[in-house]
Amino acid sequence: MSGNMNLTLKVWRQKNAADKGGFVTYKADDVSPDMSFLEMLDIVNERLVKKTEDPIHFDHDCREGICGACSLYINGRPHGPKQAITTCQLHMRSFSDGETITIEPWRAEAFPVIKDLAVDRTAFDRIQEAGGFISVNTGGVPDANEIPIPKVVADEAFNSATCIQCGACVAACKNASAALFVSAKISQLALLPQGQTERYRRVQAMVAQMDAEGFGSCTNTGACEVECPKGISLTNINRMRRDYFNAKFFKEEEIH
Amino acid sequence: MSSFTKAFSSTLGKKLIMSLTGLFLCLFLIVHLLGNLQLFKHDDGMAFNVYSHFMTHFPPIKIVSYLLYLSIVFHAVYALIITIRNSKARKVGYAVYKGSANSTWSSRNMGILGTILLIFIVVHMSNFWAEYHWGGLPFIKYETSLNNPEEVKVTKLPYNGNELVYSQYVDTQAGTEVVVAKDLNIIVMDLFKIWWYVVLYVIAMIAMGFHLYHGFQSGFQTLGFDHKKYKPVIDFLGLWVFSIIIPAVFAAMPLYVFFFK
Amino acid sequence: MILDSKIPDGPLGEKWSKHKFDLKLVNPANKRKYTVIVVGTGLAGASAAASLAELGYNVKAFCYQDSARRAHSIAAQGGINAAKNYRNDGDSVYRLFYDTIKGGDYRAREANVHRLAEVSNNIIDQCVAQGVPFAREYGGLLDNRSFGGAQVSRTFYARGQTGQQLLLGAYSALNRQIHEGKVKMYNRHEMLDLVTVDGKAQGIVTRNLLTGEIETFAGHSVLLCTGGYGNVFYLSTNAMGCNTTAIWRSYKKGALFANPCYTQIHPTCIPVTGDHQSKLTLMSESLRNDGRVWVPKTKETAEKLQKGEIKAVDIKEEDRDYFLERKYPSFGNLVPRDVASRNAKEAADEGRGVGSTGKAVFLDFAESIQRLGKDAVEAKYGNLFDMYYQITDENPYETPMRIYPAVHYTMGGLWVDYNLMTTVPGLYCLGEANFSDHGANRLGASALMQGLADGYFVVPYTLGDYLAGIGPKPVDESHPAFAQAKKEVEDRINKFLSMKGTKTVDEYHRDLGLIMWEYCGMARNEAGLTKAKGLIAELREDFWKNAIVVGVNDEMNMSLEKAGRVADFLELAELMVDDALDRKESCGGHFREESQTEEGEAKRDDENFAYVSAWEYKGDNVPSELHKEQLIFENVKLTQRSYK
Repeated sequence: MSGNMNLTLKVWRQKNAADKGGFVTYKADDVSPDMSFLEMLDIVNERLVKKTEDPIHFDHDCREGICGACSLYINGRPHGPKQAITTCQLHMRSFSDGETITIEPWRAEAFPVIKDLAVDRTAFDRIQEAGGFISVNTGGVPDANEIPIPKVVADEAFNSATCIQCGACVAACKNASAALFVSAKISQLALLPQGQTERYRRVQAMVAQMDAEGFGSCTNTGACEVECPKGISLTNINRMRRDYFNAKFFKEEEIH
Repeated sequence: MSSFTKAFSSTLGKKLIMSLTGLFLCLFLIVHLLGNLQLFKHDDGMAFNVYSHFMTHFPPIKIVSYLLYLSIVFHAVYALIITIRNSKARKVGYAVYKGSANSTWSSRNMGILGTILLIFIVVHMSNFWAEYHWGGLPFIKYETSLNNPEEVKVTKLPYNGNELVYSQYVDTQAGTEVVVAKDLNIIVMDLFKIWWYVVLYVIAMIAMGFHLYHGFQSGFQTLGFDHKKYKPVIDFLGLWVFSIIIPAVFAAMPLYVFFFK
Repeated sequence: MILDSKIPDGPLGEKWSKHKFDLKLVNPANKRKYTVIVVGTGLAGASAAASLAELGYNVKAFCYQDSARRAHSIAAQGGINAAKNYRNDGDSVYRLFYDTIKGGDYRAREANVHRLAEVSNNIIDQCVAQGVPFAREYGGLLDNRSFGGAQVSRTFYARGQTGQQLLLGAYSALNRQIHEGKVKMYNRHEMLDLVTVDGKAQGIVTRNLLTGEIETFAGHSVLLCTGGYGNVFYLSTNAMGCNTTAIWRSYKKGALFANPCYTQIHPTCIPVTGDHQSKLTLMSESLRNDGRVWVPKTKETAEKLQKGEIKAVDIKEEDRDYFLERKYPSFGNLVPRDVASRNAKEAADEGRGVGSTGKAVFLDFAESIQRLGKDAVEAKYGNLFDMYYQITDENPYETPMRIYPAVHYTMGGLWVDYNLMTTVPGLYCLGEANFSDHGANRLGASALMQGLADGYFVVPYTLGDYLAGIGPKPVDESHPAFAQAKKEVEDRINKFLSMKGTKTVDEYHRDLGLIMWEYCGMARNEAGLTKAKGLIAELREDFWKNAIVVGVNDEMNMSLEKAGRVADFLELAELMVDDALDRKESCGGHFREESQTEEGEAKRDDENFAYVSAWEYKGDNVPSELHKEQLIFENVKLTQRSYK
């Protein structure tokens, strides 16, 4: 087909967590610009399987930019060269014929490599288990309209809630800090009236878990905000800090 | 107090220390700059030497100066602690890393910039601060005519053990106001006539400009300060005052001395 | 086998209340002695796992994803229905019930659907209490919009990602229970078989997708919340990992499979660009509220468009055919999904399709932008427009979108009674995985409602009845049935790993998808279906001879995972075709060409087909046995759907 591209891929291959791993170069020929990045990898994989070689493993699922599973570090940037999209939404028209593309997994001690490009992001789940919820049981809640919430507040909470837990913020951050993710989760509930009762307990518990997972410290480089596929704002991190310091220095309620 | 220790040992708390000490140092810079503007005066260093004495002897300022030394130490030590943790958070780095696509150069190189500044501070303090305190500086005597303040008689008094002390009085017989002070000014003038010192100072001030370009506004963020209306003011001050004007004026001092004195 | 739907007696509106009272309760102190296995953590699974744990049961929850939050409920965009009547526009529980029954083309149980409508309001309350950020008005109260097929505004939404927000709500409730130690979460675990002891569901066999370890887990009951099987078509809006294995394996262990042929084809998806296409992206059908669907009036103009000689904007108003507005003046562009889809395909089949492949129709916002202003359109659909732009590189503010139908949802699933229990005692099925509430066609914004209704408000009541009946005696995991099931799974995996043929599993999957789309897709007929049955059998046979599976079991192995899923799709496909062959009427998503009105609309046959088809597995290469559950309508009058 005319307009198709021939590319060279430098892909991180690593059999398992214990393996040292290294780059392997593959040819990706006859790639249509209409393909998504993952479809391009599908084709490379299908060719590998035909040669009974192990395909390149990577996490992916919904392929429409919402499940947050896909997580490739492409040419030095999480989710590739374009902003505000996930890897599965990246299309090959963003690359040019003859280009060499380097594909790496997210790099962070808190996200150990499982195989090839797939990493373990359960640290994010554990942070939310520590306090990312409002303690209400099923049933026995007030009518939904008994809790009026100003539209601007609801919208701002929504902006924080759009996080898809992909981990691009950690991958982008030179310190492998999870501040953007954690703060988005904290912010959503801290902004809403429903989240007030556990607000200060929550921030302390989640920050403690974040630190325990071994993420780095946020130094406000702003890389996370730029690379976040959902455009989560740095404001969340500052909000988290206010709540955290407030909780630690001024609130009597403590968790130790 | 365990809540406090916990708070300061968290990643957010450690950064809080960086922020508080850093912003305090920024505040100091303003005072330091205003004082050093005396160097531009054509008074054979009288104002500058008086200012130097005041800064080293006025008790409240002395207290503040200890805070300042502590701030420098804490800022550097915590920077090191945080940097170590951060490098542990990603032991295997990326083969291809395009940081320029998502963050400013300054924000990614605070450690290098800070190290340059630390070296500078050591050199700077040993040149002036240590000299002033223990270096056996010569003294200088200014006799200003009470009738005509333009008429100043300057007498250099070489270092003479501990016999000379700072004094400021009115000599009614001679009709002059007399100031006897350590002549730090002459040290400055001598040093800033050496070209590589001038270069070192200018480089350090450029590093400071970049350091504060990120550092000043980042310090506020670390405190949790963020506001749609007021954050831009911080950003403006950070850029124009702290990363351009202050370093530029500081850098102008050695350049001025080198070229015009 | 006699299918007992266990529908309670009494007037429709009182059935659920009465039933709740009649159900046996488990003593609070005894609840912790029971273990419940929940497979899948989408809306149904996460909400069920959390709610059951809150009640005091021990829950083991499983998902194949790396995090429970990635289950495919996350991708639902449009919204969730509830009969709150916050708009004062005449909505009520009864109207939601009626619309859902009618929308499902009278192929769902009245009692189930009424219960769904009843609990719909509790769902909204529950979600708001959890912190789900639904859209709000300036007064601070919840906003609603109207959605395909409904004439009242009853859809609650969270921009274009209602599914994600609802799932995050349920996921947070789940997290709370994990934190409390009441739920043990097993992610990256795929259920590969069901364990039955004395005919009762007592456990599952899973493969740890990281280590390959085959494990068995025991519980007093197993809840399958594993979603739909739309991926049997290869291309669908489902996530890549969505599969039928859990319900298919359970079917083979005795659970009946109901209405497998009912498939929903969603009209507003982004068209296919080529053979490399791995999945399709849906855009919320809320787009049809303000977009107008059209194709060129003539084939000649369409051809010019397809070749790129002219652009959409070059076509004059009088040369455009707004076919939905023309054919259905009262509903216009808001006709139900199946009607919109079929008409789009028809236009494409007539050669009037647009885009380079000719397999698309326009969805045009020019008129809305003119009427409401670009800002208003952006506020409503901005994220959808951005998504479209990213995928197609075309700007929908300037040129009409191209859309085409795609497989989206499967109304069929395991047969369950009113209590959501399958024909295997102790085995429950919730959400899209069961067949229960949507009949032959699901209305927009009803899937989320059903998933959460089942998980939050139905199964926590009905499960107790079963558990109270069997008692809290611990399940004996040393029973040979566990070892037996484990061994079967291991043998099957070894068989896959020994397959070193010439054709990749993906190639088989694609081939299967083409067969299904062509013969068991939007329009079906006897000849096509019969042909498909043969083709599927051939393909399946070839699969076991010539497929390639690479790698080893004891590490992450995409190739092996995929092989297992496709092998099950190859079996399920045939049952879908059998079901479609049996159902000679047209209804909802199932359009039999032999059964249509003179105007070419779907024609139901209530006299002969007002039943649920429930298929019983009888052995490999033995035809499945059809059981019919007659549907009895006491409250609604069956009418031929008309959206004219």
